[in-house]
Amino acid sequence: MTSMLAADVHAVTTAADGGVLSYAWLMIALPLLGAAVLLLGGRRTNAWGHWLAIAAALASFVWAVLSLVQLLGRTPEERSVSVHVYQWIKVGGFDIDLSLLVDPLSITFALLITGVGSLIHIYSVGYMAHDENRRRFFAYLNLFVAAMLVLVLADNYAVLFLGWEGVGLASYLLIGFWQHKPSAAVAAKKAFLINRVGDIGLLVSIMLLFTTFGTVAFSPVFGAVDGAGQGVMTAVGLLLLLGACGKSAQLPLQAWLLDAMEGPTPVSALIHAATMVTAGVYLIVRSGPIFEAAPTAQLVVTIVGAATLLAGAIIGCAKDDIKKALAGSTMSQIGYMTLAAGLGPIGYAAAIAHLVTHGFFKAGLFLGAGSVMHAMNDEVDMRRYGGLRTVMPVTFATFGAGYLAIIGVPFLSGWWTKEGIIQAAFDSGGLTGQILGWVTVLGAGLTAFYMSRIMFLTFFGEKRWAEDAHPHESPTTMTVPMIVLAVGSVALGAVLVVNYTLAHFLAPVVGAPHHEFDLVHMLTSPYSLAALALMVVGVGYAWLRYARSEVPVTAPKGNFITVAAREELYGNAINEGLFMRPGQQLTRAAVAFDDHAVDGVVNGVARSVRAASENLRLMQTGFARSYALTMLFGAAVVLATTLGVNLA
Amino acid sequence: MIPLSLSEAQTPTVTTQAPDLDYGLLSPLLVVFAVGVLGVLVEAFVSPQRRRITQLVLALLGIGAAFVLTVVQVGALPAEGAGLTVAFATLVVDRPALFFQGVILVLALVSLLLIAEDRDGEGAFTAQAAAVPGSEEERAHILAGTRHTEVYPLVMFAVLGMQLFTAANDFLTMFIALEVMSLPLYLLCGLARRRRLFSQEAALKYFILGAFSSAFFLFGIAMVYGYAGSVNFADINRAGSEGGLIEGGGPLLLAGIALVGVGLLFKVGTVPFHNWKPDVYQGAPTPVTALMASGTLVAAFGALLRVFYVAFGASVEQWRPMLWVVAILTMVVAAVIAVTQRDIKRLLAYSSVVHAGFILTAVVAASADGLAGAMFYLAAYGFTTVGAFAVVTLVRNPEGGAEAGDLTQWAGLGRTSPLLAASLGLFLLAFAGIPLTSGFIGKFAVFEAAVAAGATPLVVVGVLSSAVTAFFYVRIIVLMFFAEPAENAPRVLRPGALTGTVVGVGVAATLLLGVFPGPVLDNLVPQPEETTAAEGTVPEALFMR
Repeated sequence: MTSMLAADVHAVTTAADGGVLSYAWLMIALPLLGAAVLLLGGRRTNAWGHWLAIAAALASFVWAVLSLVQLLGRTPEERSVSVHVYQWIKVGGFDIDLSLLVDPLSITFALLITGVGSLIHIYSVGYMAHDENRRRFFAYLNLFVAAMLVLVLADNYAVLFLGWEGVGLASYLLIGFWQHKPSAAVAAKKAFLINRVGDIGLLVSIMLLFTTFGTVAFSPVFGAVDGAGQGVMTAVGLLLLLGACGKSAQLPLQAWLLDAMEGPTPVSALIHAATMVTAGVYLIVRSGPIFEAAPTAQLVVTIVGAATLLAGAIIGCAKDDIKKALAGSTMSQIGYMTLAAGLGPIGYAAAIAHLVTHGFFKAGLFLGAGSVMHAMNDEVDMRRYGGLRTVMPVTFATFGAGYLAIIGVPFLSGWWTKEGIIQAAFDSGGLTGQILGWVTVLGAGLTAFYMSRIMFLTFFGEKRWAEDAHPHESPTTMTVPMIVLAVGSVALGAVLVVNYTLAHFLAPVVGAPHHEFDLVHMLTSPYSLAALALMVVGVGYAWLRYARSEVPVTAPKGNFITVAAREELYGNAINEGLFMRPGQQLTRAAVAFDDHAVDGVVNGVARSVRAASENLRLMQTGFARSYALTMLFGAAVVLATTLGVNLA
Repeated sequence: MIPLSLSEAQTPTVTTQAPDLDYGLLSPLLVVFAVGVLGVLVEAFVSPQRRRITQLVLALLGIGAAFVLTVVQVGALPAEGAGLTVAFATLVVDRPALFFQGVILVLALVSLLLIAEDRDGEGAFTAQAAAVPGSEEERAHILAGTRHTEVYPLVMFAVLGMQLFTAANDFLTMFIALEVMSLPLYLLCGLARRRRLFSQEAALKYFILGAFSSAFFLFGIAMVYGYAGSVNFADINRAGSEGGLIEGGGPLLLAGIALVGVGLLFKVGTVPFHNWKPDVYQGAPTPVTALMASGTLVAAFGALLRVFYVAFGASVEQWRPMLWVVAILTMVVAAVIAVTQRDIKRLLAYSSVVHAGFILTAVVAASADGLAGAMFYLAAYGFTTVGAFAVVTLVRNPEGGAEAGDLTQWAGLGRTSPLLAASLGLFLLAFAGIPLTSGFIGKFAVFEAAVAAGATPLVVVGVLSSAVTAFFYVRIIVLMFFAEPAENAPRVLRPGALTGTVVGVGVAATLLLGVFPGPVLDNLVPQPEETTAAEGTVPEALFMR
């Protein structure tokens, strides 16, 4: 994997010169303000709070669009703009500015976050209409948008970490939003804990960067990468990857994502499908120069991506819970992106393109799932669905659009971007390239199978509804966002990929595309044909199993692969065996040590201090004469010390 | 007239010329003095009903004007050199003196608000020293307006003494300043409205022990004069580096350092010269305690720093061992005794002793950082402690209206009076040195200076002592917020505008100096390059000599 990246690719960062870009912080400040008003305003804001939150998210989106327009008005080399907000930390030589970096990569993310975010805000008005804590929900959503924007707009790792932790917090709060359900509380805690592992990785890598380069700002670090040892860069790269794995639910830190579906569905759509979970991919692409200096770390990235791609897909094939099946799919799709990001400059643009289109179709699928659940009394078991296409035509159509996109039907969004990754994998050359390439092709087949399974189980076949189910189409606030996302699922890929529009736009950050756009090649290359063939096989097999034949309401026992997949490939068992139980033992031991040894010493010291105090206070007799005597004694000590030390 | 140098000492000059004084430089002192004198006249000529308000307005205006003049002088300090001397080099106008004077004036202003708080005859001072509290006789005096409004001129004189104490440039002036500061305070201590006997006992003890310590101080001055032939600090410093008047006079200087030290350490209140503090702080009217715990401490440390850094600035190695011993004793003994205190005012008194020990670690550093650390610490501690005593004035016994000092009564105060308890909690956290409060920055500054000067063992003791003190501070917080309200729960007065202002100022200063210490901390001493000094001496640029 040779690096094509050199200093000439990275555009020089220029300072903002007034105008929209100078106020880029508004993008963050508006939703943050919204969150503050809603959280501090309390019940008084119940009536209009959600509209304020939507307004904040929309305003942020508008500002992102304006920023994009201004960025496009500049020459490609000047599209990297740093916006200094204020000095954040200054302690000795440790000097960190809170400044933002608006460049093609970050603005792409900002648009995705605020755009999809706004849609999901709107959807939530209907979805959360009957929840008495709706205001709090919107406050957290706004908080999430602000934190995510901090993450992607940061121009150094310290500020990035601030956003990173911020989204972690928002994710925790939103997964556990229905805290009255023990399962939700547990899931939130699980997500938080597993993310801590990744966060430590990110934090240590930032410390390593600081000790190596004396700074944590992007451009000086990337500029100095060549001078640093490969060992350090590999360590930094692997630690960054650990951080990315935590946030993006990649192996081995994947276990939290499926449980995170305990959160309200809009949360699953926004945070655990479209945006936050892609932060790991962003981190790897942003830190490209570091990874390019550490081929070992890059290789590990691709392996992690490939393994997660398959694992997620396999899990998705067996889950009966519609959201968990989709979550498995999310893991798998992010595996695609991670794999592409690990390929280096050849795959960055493909990874980002897939990330953007995935943001649309996966959010659309989740919103569709939410719409179905809304209609089915919050039933999530797909075995209790069936035949919903006639009852919920809009949901069916929009979900269908997302479905066709994700399985890679030619000329829909998912096809364009997934083909990009497949192509990049094979193009990376060597045996590794071949292996990675075939994994992506196989993944395409699996995707087709599990997505078709969801589709057929939900919308086709017999009605297997519970007796009290009276499905109905969802209200307009919910269907409109779904329609918008469906349009994106269909058309966005073409817009981004034809003529490599997005790749050229991102070129100043990630490097120019390696060859011309070639539609004929895309359609006729043996790999894409193989992917297409496997897709057809996958759809066909799912049709045989779940549309043609009868689906039992309770899940059959299944063979060992199915069982393993239902158990999430024993990820939880591994975590429990390897970490949780030894950890609990360690905790118990520590508590015992604390109770007996530490507390013993501490209490002993406290007791002796108290005893000494009781004795010493007797000196305070209240008699002036004894005070005077003490003073005389003190004067004698002072005199003796001064004379003794100096004259001896 | 005081001889100015060694040569003049041998041939005293007698002159009939009127002294040439720079009244501009003396103006902050003169204003306070004038208001004090005017206050005495007010007692004689203004009708009883109008006295209190007249005195209060005069005092506030006087202190405010003195503060403004002090600030103006900071701006007018010459760019070259550390400052100016005035009145035949008996007084100096330099950065530390002006800083301490400014801080003293603000603290005095705030304490004055506490002193003036007097709603429904609930003030802290007795109406007539001879009347029984709450008696018909006292009521009659209150109605007639014949109350001890002498409090205000007394405060003015005490403040004048404090100002002088930090600016005195020779030992005789310093001694006079000491007495001008102390005598009014002795009186003020005996004027508490409640627990009259207690208060009078405290005043008498303070007076006797103060006189005792003054004797040490004077004796020490005599020794030093015998060594250097002068009482002027610059001369003593020169003599310290070049040798005294007589061969083998070293022990004279050493004994002088020790005895002068005793006098100053008594005023500062370090172990074993601290015994007066708990009794006096407890017995005195709480507003006076606030003034003493803040203003007097600042003044005493101002004087102590000047004596040890200027007069004995060439003899650092000679006095360091003694201050080590005193600092360690102070930090350990006072912290340990404080653990079992049950009265809030006594606890705060011991706390003040421990803090004096912490500040001593900065004095031991004998460096620019040490000076800056001590200055910052004193200002921070002064505001916090005034605020804490202001809170104390508000918590009264359910019957009788005396302050509820017993800590068991404070249980559950966080539920009944959350704002008050939260303020006190903040002050206690600052005392304990918790980050984001001024106490943390102060402690950090003094300990850092001490470590830089090689006094690491002292800092280790200091940190351990902090841990012990944190225990009893936090215990009060726990008591207030996590314990059930006591049976004999105290009555909490609604703070009036005056006391409210004092608590507010305390909270604001504690937070501001804790969160944004930079602007203050960075400008206390001159630039680092001017403040390097030979081993065993104090940098010259710090003080005017």
